[in-house]
Amino acid sequence: CTKDLDRTPYVQETSESVYKDPAKIKSVLAKLYGGLSLSGQDYENASLADLYTTDAGSVVFLRTWWSLQEFTTEEAVIGWNDGDLLAYHNLNWTPDGKYLKIMYDRLFFGIASCNEFLRQTTDDKMSSFTEAERNNIKNYRYEARFLRALYYWVAMDMYGNIPFVTENDPVGLFQPPQKSRSEIFTYVETELKELENLLPEPGTNEYGRVDKGAAWMLLAKIYLNSAIYTGTARYTETITYCNKLIGAPVYRLSSSYANLFKTDNNLTGEIIFPIAADGVTSQSYGNTSFIILCALGGKMNPADYGMSTTWGGMRATKTMVNQFADPTGLTDKRAIFYTNGQSLEITSLSDFTNGYAVPKFVNKSSTGQAGKDPTGRFTDTDFPMFRLGDVYLMYAEAVVRGGSGGSLSNALNYVNLLRQRAYGNNSGNIASGALTLDFLLAERGRELYWEGQRRTDLIRFGKFTDGSYVWPWKGGVAQGIGVNKRYNMFPIPTADLIANPNLKQNSEY
Amino acid sequence: QQMIKGTLRASSGEPLTGASVVVKGAGNGASADSLGNFSIRAKLGDTLIATSVGFEMKEVRISANTINITLQVAVTTLNDVVVIGYGTRSKKDLTGSVATVSAKDFQTGAVTTPDQLVTGKVAGVVITPNGGAPGAGGTIRVRGGTSLSASNNPLIVVDGVPLTNDGVSGVSNPLSLVNPNDIESFNILKDASATAIYGNRASNGVIIITTKSGAAGKLKLNFNSVLSQSVKRNEVKVLDANQFRSVVNERGTDAEKAMLGNANTNWQDVIFQNAFGGDYNLGVSGGIKKLPYRFSVGHTYQDGILKTSNVKRTSLGLNLTPSFFNNSLKVNINLKGVYQKTRFANEGAIGAAAGFDPTQPVYASNKFGNFYEWLDETGTPIELAPKNPLGQLLLNSSLSDVYRSIGSIKLDYKLPFLPALTATVNAGYDISKTEGNGFIPAFAALSYQRGGSMTEYSQRRKDKLLDFYLLYAKDLKEIDSKLDLTAGYSYQDFFRGSPAYPVRNAAGNVLSMPVPDSSRNTLLSVFARLNYTFKGKYLLTASMRRDGSSRFSKDNRWGNFPSAALAWRIKDEGFMRSNKTFSDLKLRVGFGITGNQDLDAYYPYLPIYTLGGSNVRYPFGDSSYYTYRSEPYDKNIKWETTTAWNAGIDFGFLKNRITGTLDFYYKKTKDLLTRIPTAAGVNPGNMLLTNVGNIESKGVELAINAGVIQGKDFSWNVNFNIAYNKNKILKLSNVSDSTSEGILTGAISGGKDNTIQINSVGYAPQTFYVYKQVYDADGKPVEGVFDKQNNGALFYRYKSANPKLTMGFTSQMSYKKWDLSFVLRSNIGNYLYNNVRSGSGAFNSVSTGMGYIGNTNVDYLNTRFTNSQFFSDYYVENASFLRMDNVSFGYNFGRIWRNKASLKLSAIVQNVFVITKYTGLDPEVYSGIDNNIYPRPRIYSLGINISY
Repeated sequence: CTKDLDRTPYVQETSESVYKDPAKIKSVLAKLYGGLSLSGQDYENASLADLYTTDAGSVVFLRTWWSLQEFTTEEAVIGWNDGDLLAYHNLNWTPDGKYLKIMYDRLFFGIASCNEFLRQTTDDKMSSFTEAERNNIKNYRYEARFLRALYYWVAMDMYGNIPFVTENDPVGLFQPPQKSRSEIFTYVETELKELENLLPEPGTNEYGRVDKGAAWMLLAKIYLNSAIYTGTARYTETITYCNKLIGAPVYRLSSSYANLFKTDNNLTGEIIFPIAADGVTSQSYGNTSFIILCALGGKMNPADYGMSTTWGGMRATKTMVNQFADPTGLTDKRAIFYTNGQSLEITSLSDFTNGYAVPKFVNKSSTGQAGKDPTGRFTDTDFPMFRLGDVYLMYAEAVVRGGSGGSLSNALNYVNLLRQRAYGNNSGNIASGALTLDFLLAERGRELYWEGQRRTDLIRFGKFTDGSYVWPWKGGVAQGIGVNKRYNMFPIPTADLIANPNLKQNSEY
Repeated sequence: QQMIKGTLRASSGEPLTGASVVVKGAGNGASADSLGNFSIRAKLGDTLIATSVGFEMKEVRISANTINITLQVAVTTLNDVVVIGYGTRSKKDLTGSVATVSAKDFQTGAVTTPDQLVTGKVAGVVITPNGGAPGAGGTIRVRGGTSLSASNNPLIVVDGVPLTNDGVSGVSNPLSLVNPNDIESFNILKDASATAIYGNRASNGVIIITTKSGAAGKLKLNFNSVLSQSVKRNEVKVLDANQFRSVVNERGTDAEKAMLGNANTNWQDVIFQNAFGGDYNLGVSGGIKKLPYRFSVGHTYQDGILKTSNVKRTSLGLNLTPSFFNNSLKVNINLKGVYQKTRFANEGAIGAAAGFDPTQPVYASNKFGNFYEWLDETGTPIELAPKNPLGQLLLNSSLSDVYRSIGSIKLDYKLPFLPALTATVNAGYDISKTEGNGFIPAFAALSYQRGGSMTEYSQRRKDKLLDFYLLYAKDLKEIDSKLDLTAGYSYQDFFRGSPAYPVRNAAGNVLSMPVPDSSRNTLLSVFARLNYTFKGKYLLTASMRRDGSSRFSKDNRWGNFPSAALAWRIKDEGFMRSNKTFSDLKLRVGFGITGNQDLDAYYPYLPIYTLGGSNVRYPFGDSSYYTYRSEPYDKNIKWETTTAWNAGIDFGFLKNRITGTLDFYYKKTKDLLTRIPTAAGVNPGNMLLTNVGNIESKGVELAINAGVIQGKDFSWNVNFNIAYNKNKILKLSNVSDSTSEGILTGAISGGKDNTIQINSVGYAPQTFYVYKQVYDADGKPVEGVFDKQNNGALFYRYKSANPKLTMGFTSQMSYKKWDLSFVLRSNIGNYLYNNVRSGSGAFNSVSTGMGYIGNTNVDYLNTRFTNSQFFSDYYVENASFLRMDNVSFGYNFGRIWRNKASLKLSAIVQNVFVITKYTGLDPEVYSGIDNNIYPRPRIYSLGINISY
């Protein structure tokens, strides 16, 4: 009875059984997307988290990416004395940083998962399916490649020179080579340029899944930051792809700014690629639930925002608030601050009432209905990863920075379209002379604050580490100071330097 | 023939419960009751052979119809039969390192789990209690652990059935489902030459537990009861209400000062209680014609000192040992059944009590069960604030019902045509069923946002065992040799399944549906052992086992595990016979290779896909799709193997009044099964279970038993053992020239995923990895100031949780009908990370920024830290200790009730005192990280034993 030693799982499946069933293959695809918003195979049971952790809620892509993009800037502080969280706002993290490692591991978890999906779904292996099924699976593969490119983009943006692995590499104990930031750039660019021909037309895929629009958007973004990533500016290409997006009939500006951050934001027509949420079927302490719960505290009534509780964590600094001439929201409706009981100044990082609260994201619909989760802890609000408003501002910036293929008048028009929506009339419109880079950085702050853009923006504008632009507690002091340039890139986490001797640490860490 | 009555006593006067007498040449026997009384049919002039484990055998001629037999204590009795794997062997013929603890040497008092019986009794066996919850057992390590991620638990074999290490859900310690009162002896196989016969699970030692069996003779009843009261021994030192007020008033914000209340609450007094325990056992034994039997029933009731914790256990045991065909077929049937009902207290209340604002009252008039709670502006409990410690206990019900049965039937058949050959079949099972549920009402602050909770879980386990082996034993007189050869086959299969139950709130609304869990694994083995004795003094044992494990792929699943040992009975050499100093002297050397495949993963070589629960789907369009996650796997994963050498001396002086053993060992484990961080991007997941590295351990063990005084009225026996063990990691990477720092481990509480220990080459496993604290002129730690290492790093390696020396000392004294015994235990060189202090020893525990204030450890008054200094070596403390585990005082009334019964009373105190420099509650924490453990109580108990 040595056959008894061939035990296979009862409940779990193996790759052999999963890839025989088109429905299960779609579930693997759902996991590749779920990697953006979920903890793992449960939302709080740490043993089922995607990464080895004691706290499932903290190992979510969106939460970590958002935190590192926002807490490192003037847009947000968090009061929790949790791990090395305070180091991020202070701009004094080390390669041992916990959140740096979670982010890094989360990105490479995503890359490895996409690679494994691509390995298992080759034409050869799928040959027994019907043509329709095969075509579906082909599309899944394009989406997996897009998601992999998205992860590589974030990894390149944050860590610069990173390990590089594709489906052609072995699994197990392989040690991948390191590629430079510009090599990764070329790879992401090449993938996306292939995918822009393969992915479905904008708006034709199921909502939540990527299409050509997502590929265009990501191309526009990498080109806009190309000078940082590769040393060579590519603003013309940014304009090319912004034009494609603006020309696509499916995208339109939401009539209401606030509606972009509500449970029915999928109906606004502005979102090009969301990280989807559902308070009942897709629960996570690391998607918009985190952004909403953690922004509530003080005298705020969670029920006003569709929640049952508050986490009392993050607020805005006065530098961010002061981007608005009038922070009450009465003139520029994008200024969504809660000030009752809150002070503008932050004397104590740990005190939630220091700094204005930011209930920009809410778990309520445009008609005021609370989200579906009866316990009020999980949100239905999708996170607008890519949206048309950002396209308008990228277009304007690329034009101002000297890219060709666009016009200053269009740029001005797009900026003013956003301002008209914000002011409800023409009173906030600017004249062409005001369309400067400084204005655009501030305007990106007003339009896109708390949407995970800020760190990348400040680096592109040369303001991230520089002493010329400071905010409270930048560099760990109350009034703010400049810091070493090395902080423009995150260090490779020590753990991976140990696990993979091919890796070299980023300079000056 | 007539009925001969008598008593069997030790020279100390102590009755020898369970000792047996046999009529020489006739074969009928009887055993003594708990007062040492026996009766047997015999003739005057017959000779009785009296034996008792731990005593010299004695032959006495019957000269009257009452006979009192006194046996000499020989703490090591060479004729004792020791249970080894797939057989037995007399102590004098052992070639390996095997320790025996029998019932008379067990720790006494309110003992709820078997491991407590032998704590401190055996050199090199360290049993660290897992806290003070009722039924919580200990972590057992034989000669230190050999693995990093695979199990380090010894293999435990109960009446021939090896138990799985996988937990039984619904009990804190699966071993607690064996009634300690039914246990006759522990045989602990320590070195590889002894354990290798159990090849596949033998790397961490083997503990063979044998339960009591019946003996021929008339019906005997034994009733044994222990009533106990457990009391809190000490508490975490936190600020009292007045100290807390002054700290908040000194450093707090106005908002925080306004939060102060008017009460003076000691929250630790609020959550702990004095707890009652009762243990009642009835044993019935005897023989019906040729069917010796023992039947036992036991009931244990134990409240925990943490309010609401409670365990109730009822156990039944049946042992039948009939013989057939002129004793050529011996049958041994063992059936044990147990039902345990546990109420688990919410242990989160322990940390909450240490951290809750002492100026707040316990109760308040509100809608949250009238427990004072931290509320936000809208009057809702703050989700991230600690909840009322008492409310956490009283408004949380977590119950489990566990049924377990372990049984075996063993047939030994001496073949009539070839009496040298015995065939044995042993079939066993271990099955359990768990049903558990939890409830938190919707109004409880603990789960207010979720609307309370209603949970359910269950588990079924089915383990099956079949052993078949042949023993060929032959005296080869012509060459003055004895030979025995065992060869056999073993099959063991383990199944466990846990269905999924919906997660509901208190109203019963389904919040999500998780995924069920079920797995099965199988072990298959063939084995052989040769024992060869030449001239009665040169002994050779050699064994070989070939094991297959379903955990590994076809190419890697088989492992070969050989062993060899030699022993030389020097005392039996001609030149030693006349030596008056030594009454025994034996030299042993052994070598063996053993395997370990005991992982928390059952299919680590397969590309597994895990389904997510119903609430972690991902939305596409209007539908949400279940997710399948691919798991990291290593298709080449294989056995971890340990090669071990052992050299030992067994000695005896003064007619064995002093006996002892001294052992040296060296173990090296290779292909360590370890969960390591792999290079990013290669596997979906940041850790992979694979074979990496080598680890070694070396040590010395000395055990001494001495009959210090052996007078007619007064006797004093002591047992002392001391062991030194050192573990070191030799290799920890698959990169040959790695300058790897190591693998972080030892998660602490405070911060997210912070760790405090590291496994690295050249150091002991779980060495602390901390910052070197700088102190000011007054010796106070300076906040945030640390000495850098030469390479500029802050982290350095400092001490480990493993004790360098472990010692046990047992003293048993008796004077006429009185007896007094105690057990002392000491570990030297073990360090603990005081996470209780580091977690709440700074002002940020008071000023949380989350709408509430919290208490701090009194250590805050020393350090005045503003922020937690989790990595400071200030919190790594020397936890060497001396503990008195047990002191017991007894009086034996002897015969009562017209000589029909006998009675003994005893008074016992457990966990009497601890002498240590460690500032936390208890210096014994296995992981090395002390974080709000369930404190071990001091237990006062009264025991009564009646035999009839």
